[in-house]
Amino acid sequence: MTNEDKLIEQIIDRYDGEVGMLIPMMQDIQAECGYLPADHLRRLGKRLKVPLSRLYAVATFYASFRLAPKGAHEVTLCVGTVCFLKGAGRISEAIIREFRVEPGGTTRDRLFTFQAVNCVGACAVAPVMLVDGKYYHGVTPQSAIEVLYGLSADKIAAEKEGSA
Amino acid sequence: MIELGNAKLRSAADLEHMQEELRARHTPSAKCVRVCTGPGCAAKGSPRLYELFCEAVERTGADVEIEAKSVGCHGLCECGPIVLIQPGNIFYQKVEEPDVAEIFRETILGNRVVEKLLYVNPATGQKAVTPEEITFYKVQKRIALAGNGLIEPTNIGDYIAEGGYIALAKVLSSMTPEEVISEVEAAGLRGRGGGGFPTARKWRSCRDADGSPKYVICNGDEGDPGAFMDRAIMEGNPHAVIEGMIIGAYAIGSEQGYIYVRNEYPLSVERLKLAIEQARELGLLGENILGSSFSFDIRINRGGGAFVCGESTALMASLEGRPGEPRAKYIHTVESGLHGRPTNLNNVETWANVPAIVNHGGEWFSSIGTEKSKGTKVFCLVGKVRNTGLVEVPMGITLRQIVEEIGGGIAAGKRFKAVQTGGPSGGCIPAEHLDARVDFDELTKLGSMMGSGGMIVMDEDTCMVKVAKYFTNFLQKESCGKCTPCREGLAQMFYILDRITDGEGQVGDVERLEGLAELLEGTALCALGKTAANPVISTIRYFRDEYDAHIKDKRCPAKECRGLFRYEIDPEACKACGICLKNCPVDAITGDKKVPHVINQEKCTLCGMCWEKCPFTAVLKV
Repeated sequence: MTNEDKLIEQIIDRYDGEVGMLIPMMQDIQAECGYLPADHLRRLGKRLKVPLSRLYAVATFYASFRLAPKGAHEVTLCVGTVCFLKGAGRISEAIIREFRVEPGGTTRDRLFTFQAVNCVGACAVAPVMLVDGKYYHGVTPQSAIEVLYGLSADKIAAEKEGSA
Repeated sequence: MIELGNAKLRSAADLEHMQEELRARHTPSAKCVRVCTGPGCAAKGSPRLYELFCEAVERTGADVEIEAKSVGCHGLCECGPIVLIQPGNIFYQKVEEPDVAEIFRETILGNRVVEKLLYVNPATGQKAVTPEEITFYKVQKRIALAGNGLIEPTNIGDYIAEGGYIALAKVLSSMTPEEVISEVEAAGLRGRGGGGFPTARKWRSCRDADGSPKYVICNGDEGDPGAFMDRAIMEGNPHAVIEGMIIGAYAIGSEQGYIYVRNEYPLSVERLKLAIEQARELGLLGENILGSSFSFDIRINRGGGAFVCGESTALMASLEGRPGEPRAKYIHTVESGLHGRPTNLNNVETWANVPAIVNHGGEWFSSIGTEKSKGTKVFCLVGKVRNTGLVEVPMGITLRQIVEEIGGGIAAGKRFKAVQTGGPSGGCIPAEHLDARVDFDELTKLGSMMGSGGMIVMDEDTCMVKVAKYFTNFLQKESCGKCTPCREGLAQMFYILDRITDGEGQVGDVERLEGLAELLEGTALCALGKTAANPVISTIRYFRDEYDAHIKDKRCPAKECRGLFRYEIDPEACKACGICLKNCPVDAITGDKKVPHVINQEKCTLCGMCWEKCPFTAVLKV
């Protein structure tokens, strides 16, 4: 049995093979792999006797599923109502312009995946951006870009350390 | 942390005994530091403060009894991180890491108040020591949020010591399911998720429906942007939700419950999971709860990031592992819901109200509020008010009290324009209706709705057409695409709004929007589609002049829509610092040292860079 097979088996067992728990299973695959690899979905579908078309329907319906690998970091910008009122639109534009990345996309160097989501529930301190789960509140276009440039600096520093 | 025995509780008496024991462990002289780690404070770094307090407690040794607790959202997020000290209920705001040592030395060990961390009333300049002295808290009445900020959400012992699960014990030992439903009926509780459907009537229909098993669901898919009440309850007091669900399940006759939590709330999932495990260990969930013949268990499902899944039938489709598309409700979900079985779904806040109703009685609950809307409602007061945060108020309070007294009015001396309630499908209520009373029916009359409780305040700088466009775009993207009026209608509405805010609006556009809105309301399948036009309709109703200014005069009165206003430099205010000139990407600004700068309107692309960068606010929008 390959590692992939083992992973799928484990995940299916976790939910007693219940087809109703398809979404949690797919969430677990994504948590392991960072995205939903086509092979994994094919295998999951076969085991559960669910057609691949339905897995694809689920994967494309829900915004949190990804069919392509993500970047080294995960950048989530809240564009909920309050963040929007307080300037999240301009922050988003600045990130798109500066890093040439569209919401939902990953930068060319795979440094980060940029996601714009509707409300992370921290409206009182809007606008909010999350980098790998860490909250940045009261963000401005400049501060957001500084944080993201900090990521690339971190990466370079880490690489230097690795080679030294 | 209070240590608990591993023994399962086998009766109501066991639970009461445990509660007494937990309370007895507390000496009155014991000190307690409560650090708010709710969403707002956590974003400002409060988890680190909690760690520092814990370290300080450890270093102090055993001669002083001190406890540090990490608690859920306290409400006044604007002033976070918030730390409360017992005894004395001293309220410290905007606490930073270096303050920890001082609080510890002065207040905890020395019983002295650290003046600089107290809340200052902006109107009077007076300092407040306890939350009770702060207007923000004074006007509130807390039922669903009663335990928030008080108990440690990761510790079931804390919840039990404060009277938790006593309602469940009372129900199982002395009430029939019908009596429970009657109590909730007497309370007049209506669904807090937005619909406002009488909870008891829903429970009874589900109880009476044929078919088994029956399911109960807690809807924690809080998708409305600008709302985090359910998150605050799930993370700040998860056991209240679980206790409410167990009581509801008993009344309905269900053995399996689900909590459906939004994907964006990983901490809610974590807290609920832990709470469920703790409840199971004590025998409060699982087989034969508290030694009775009643068994019930709860499973948590995470959402996939689709707004429409907050709709009950879409949520159930998602729980079945399908895309979250709503279905028509000719057959109610209480008769045929999840897996075709009778299913009762309530919102987080509704469930959290249930234990209090059982404990204090339906009559007590119904004494609060208005004739048809009983009890309290939690709101997220956000946007352009001074005191942003989480508030719980009795139904019937006026919008003005919420915005001006609790919220402290509009920030930065601006003028109030509107308050948006009810989430993306709600409406905008203007200044002339600020004295309206907040209840389900009153808000609907004003063209908005209660919704789940987002309350977003907008000031004069907010363009109402742009707000309508924002919500329409949001709903257009979140439309599941199943039925045509919603899928195509919203896209057309967005297209029209987009051209209005671009300055290309045509005479007749407003009427076209109204026509599409009517179509949506009359023909869409689910609540998302039926109410999707509310933001557009309510802004047309109250702010028609702004639409006209965009369409006829090609002017944005709030100066938000790019191209519909200009930037100019005020020569009086300009200090000729040269910052705007350096930052202008198209070299449209001219000027010299000591010569006020000027924008060349021909060259200007209206990017707003100069306006953002000017340190003297000399760049004006005209």
